[in-house]
Amino acid sequence: MNIISLYLVDILLVISLLSLAWASLTTADARRSVILFMAFGLVLALVWARLLAPDVALAEAAIGAGLSGALLLAAIGEQPGSSINVNTDHSEDVQDSNRSVVVTWTITGLCAALAIILAWTLLQTFDNVNNKATAQAVSENLTDSGVSNPVTAVLLNFRAYDTLLELAVLLSAVLGIFSLGGIRSPYQLAGPVFDGLARWLVPVLMLTAGYLLWVGAHAPGGAFQAGATLAAAAVVLRLAGHHNIGLPQGKSLHIIMTIGVGLFLLVGLSMLALGRSFLDYPPALAGTLILVIETAAMISIAATLVLAFLGGRPQMQKHKPC
Amino acid sequence: MLTAQWLYGISACLILALGLRATLLHTSLLRRIIAINIMGTGVFMMLVIIAYRGPDAVPDPVPHALVLTGIVVAVSATALALALLRRLNTEKADD
Repeated sequence: MNIISLYLVDILLVISLLSLAWASLTTADARRSVILFMAFGLVLALVWARLLAPDVALAEAAIGAGLSGALLLAAIGEQPGSSINVNTDHSEDVQDSNRSVVVTWTITGLCAALAIILAWTLLQTFDNVNNKATAQAVSENLTDSGVSNPVTAVLLNFRAYDTLLELAVLLSAVLGIFSLGGIRSPYQLAGPVFDGLARWLVPVLMLTAGYLLWVGAHAPGGAFQAGATLAAAAVVLRLAGHHNIGLPQGKSLHIIMTIGVGLFLLVGLSMLALGRSFLDYPPALAGTLILVIETAAMISIAATLVLAFLGGRPQMQKHKPC
Repeated sequence: MLTAQWLYGISACLILALGLRATLLHTSLLRRIIAINIMGTGVFMMLVIIAYRGPDAVPDPVPHALVLTGIVVAVSATALALALLRRLNTEKADD
């Protein structure tokens, strides 16, 4: 691509990103704010692709734009008075109401100052030569990592601690959600058009999830993107009126929720038994171990996101014996 | 310095500041959750632009991995915040 068209793309992306952020933050209507936030997420996915971060772009498109939006929209449907009152005179939704002009402008001024200081600091770091060290370390050790996609290598091998703890964060978020409330009331059964679409869409999404998981070893993709896609399939099923969207109850559900962090920990600890350090895989086995961990992580990530969308522990269906 | 670096770098700072301002000024908790998400996006953008080395160079994968982890943690934190909000609304309705 020639340099002028690249500049044009950059400028268009930045303008649409900033105006969507501004619109989402300042509109008076909460529902509109969520929809603008989803549009913001989609433009953001394009920005990540433009900045040569395709792994992040895939995750952003699936999670940032898709699932966050679904969660927020489900939450808006439950806001008190949401069905009647979507117009601007709802006092809770109006920014700056009952707030003095002085406070508003002080906060705005301080935020502007923060932006200037941050921008100045950030622009200084670009000329720093030392920030190439990590990239070099990754490319030198990539052959020992078991995968050829450097991002997957960092996530599952070089910085596997991060991912292990992230799965623990997901698990604790689900436990928090379980303790806060029950499952949301189900949607009504979909009409023939949406039902037909869901019948096509769900298998395609599941297949895509499997593909993303497998391809993550050598190309953009991996457990996060696959898990989010799988969760999207479940959200479609839920919206089409299915109650528990195939999630099991009781012990099996607990296994699905914990298998990601559990298996990861097990692999890490068995490395200790083999006389290596924690999460330090032998290069010959690394590829297989990473695929096993990623499969388990995908299942747990998908389960977490779906349970967050359901809003609580799935219940027994009425017509089945307990 | 590349043009893309300052263009996206400054946008990242602006998005963060806009998000922070809205987080502080909104009274609706749901709007605050959205604002915090937008603010986090500014941070992710800073990391990705630090990793960027130009249109023909291979970017640094470490910040990309951090951002990926960050996106998943952000969505789980959002889910927990929304569950708290939901509980808060039911408690208010019961009073």
